[in-house]
Amino acid sequence: MEKLKTFVMGGVHPPENKLAEKQSILRLDPPESVAIPLSQHLGVPAAPVVNKGDEVLAGQLIAKGEAFISANIHASVSGKVAKIDAVIDSSGYRKKAILINTEGDKWTDGIDQDESLVTDYDLDSKEITRRIQDNGVVGMGGATFPSHVKMMVPKGKKAEYLIINGVECEPCLTADHRLMLEKGEEIMVGITLQMKALGVDKAIIGIENNKADALEHLERLAEKYPAISVQGLKVKYPQGAEKQLIKALVNREVPSGKLPIEVGCVVHNVGTSFAVYEAVLKNKPLMERVVTVSGTSVKKPGNFMVRIGTPVITLIEAAGGLPEDTGKVINGGPMMGKALNDLNVPVTKGTSGILIFTEAESKRPPEQNCIRCARCLTICPMGLEPYLLAQLTDKKRLEECEDERIMDCMECGSCLYICPSGKPLLDHIRVGKTRVGKMIRERAG
Amino acid sequence: MKVLTVSGSPHFHAEESVSKLMYGVVFSLIPAMLVSFYFFGLAAIVVTLTAVVACMAFEFLIQKYLIKGPLTIFDGSAIITGVLLAFNVPANLPLGLVVIGSAVAIGMGKMTFGGLGKNPFNPALVGRVFLMISFPVQMTTYPQPSVLNVSLTDAVTGPTPLTIIKDGVSRGMPVSELMGQIPDYINLLMGNLGGSAGEISAIAILLGGVYMLIRKIISWHIPVAYLGSAAIFAGIFWLISPEVYPDPLFHLLTGGLMLGAIYMATDYTTSPMSRTGMIIFGIGCGLLTIIIRLFGAYPEGVAFSILIMNAFVPLINRGLKPKRFGEEVKNG
Repeated sequence: MEKLKTFVMGGVHPPENKLAEKQSILRLDPPESVAIPLSQHLGVPAAPVVNKGDEVLAGQLIAKGEAFISANIHASVSGKVAKIDAVIDSSGYRKKAILINTEGDKWTDGIDQDESLVTDYDLDSKEITRRIQDNGVVGMGGATFPSHVKMMVPKGKKAEYLIINGVECEPCLTADHRLMLEKGEEIMVGITLQMKALGVDKAIIGIENNKADALEHLERLAEKYPAISVQGLKVKYPQGAEKQLIKALVNREVPSGKLPIEVGCVVHNVGTSFAVYEAVLKNKPLMERVVTVSGTSVKKPGNFMVRIGTPVITLIEAAGGLPEDTGKVINGGPMMGKALNDLNVPVTKGTSGILIFTEAESKRPPEQNCIRCARCLTICPMGLEPYLLAQLTDKKRLEECEDERIMDCMECGSCLYICPSGKPLLDHIRVGKTRVGKMIRERAG
Repeated sequence: MKVLTVSGSPHFHAEESVSKLMYGVVFSLIPAMLVSFYFFGLAAIVVTLTAVVACMAFEFLIQKYLIKGPLTIFDGSAIITGVLLAFNVPANLPLGLVVIGSAVAIGMGKMTFGGLGKNPFNPALVGRVFLMISFPVQMTTYPQPSVLNVSLTDAVTGPTPLTIIKDGVSRGMPVSELMGQIPDYINLLMGNLGGSAGEISAIAILLGGVYMLIRKIISWHIPVAYLGSAAIFAGIFWLISPEVYPDPLFHLLTGGLMLGAIYMATDYTTSPMSRTGMIIFGIGCGLLTIIIRLFGAYPEGVAFSILIMNAFVPLINRGLKPKRFGEEVKNG
């Protein structure tokens, strides 16, 4: 095996706690009802194309992404549209969603439900992108950026590498790990489709070596695909962040405020490659995904293939129910995930995991004076000064925040994780980012 | 329905805490403490205990009756100040002065500014320099090492190697001749020399430093920059005129340089935040120490040079930023 790579600047090593890594993906039956939010992606919410009372089939388009950065949304179950109403989603706010009461499990005719692998295709770049767009594929790593938009390389820029993110650097999560083991072939075909759509001839899959089995498996599969290479990475958080992954794999630094295409890279998650495969060659819209349910007190931690819109509580029940001493339920990983205030929130396209913390695990350490130990500077993967950004935010010195590059912060949480004084650094920086963002927008007019 | 905790990410927190770090430093000081007790006997134990208890007591009194804020005397930082203050004074210093030094260190050096994390100057050094200027005779009467001395009063006193060189050279004596009055380098390394209670043994202090590096309590930047720049700067003068200026190894093994570079200059609160800043800070300390030792009025310059560089820390933090990601675009 080649030498393991990693990014240079900063990074932390939180406990990995990958409790569900040996659990095969288990398919759950459609739930009694689903709530499918119209905004499950970055960008403009989709516009509903069904009405209350309509009968829909699983895989049927129910909301159309009309703006440039938006994505189509499909029914994940068959049944009747109960209503279109605001429901609490994982953000904690009420957002518009289409609620469907499930009746049977009838899929639209176009979807190839056969599990057999399709490898042959004769499609051009435009057609691949069109199918990705039609089937509502978005980034499955958590940022949920509409995938078809990433396929359209801006004029004057050229994509050289397709970077495939199999890092899964968040502790506890194992959804991508299992997907690579169980759907490796499909992921490989998906990558070839993405390469064709982008017009690149090199793809690199980055996988941290705490997933040695997945790394070996994909390395073996890649022997059949000379254009795709697999690169092992040393475990370090946040290696799955786009800029850090590009740095680790091809040693290029995306400039501040710029996108990966600036350095000739386009990054997709392994889960997205799988979704692209299904969308393009099986004509299957993004209507289900793998979600890890885990936690030290969870009876049966596991990885589940669930329909989009399934209530979180249904998933938790599939993993043995909500433990007695639950203190916190997190949508996503422990480093960047959001704590939920309601367990009826629906699984969306970006839900990679549901983590259950005990009451003891839910508490933050007590806050003390900053002792200026400089740990937050040392570990910041963007080379920022979190202590200073938090201070400047408190003093409302927003211009200085901007000069100190507060907008480069990707909210990976390493600073709050490492702080021995238990300072809520990232909480302050988030406030600062919101204010500076507003200031920049106002200045632009 | 169950009430859930909602808080911002991340939801994981590293095991490290302020008091764990502080007690890690205290633990790493044990070898130097044992050497100090071995060579200076009971007197060193009494001075160390007095300083620790006095520092904790003053912190308690100030927090309880003046600030009326939360008590933090068990976070370990007052213990470190106490130990380091004791390490920086002669082992036979009258206990009244130890208590005054502790009051100045904690009161003036630390609590005036708001306590741990807010003070611009290293509290132990503030206490030491206060004593040095106010009680110069007692502060420069150094006991000579005498193994396991149980008497508190009748220690043989004498000059430190740095004083021998300083006085001798000023009277025109060549360094090579003066070296005859000084223990050999092996003894200097082990700590068999006159000096402040805890600064004598370079090897014990290095051991503590290695422990702190492995435990990631400190980074290598300040000690290496400090010791390196002191050695290089001293070396330049030594090469120019070896009979006027002692060699770099002599400088590294005598006085408070090792203790200063590893324990005093690395104090989190009073040293810079960025790694480039730490290196500049260390180089500044090294240069100033050698300048004071070779050309200043005092034989020793560690405490002054660190305090002077402490004053530059806000400026260093402002000027020397960490390298930002994506700042210089290097495409490989």
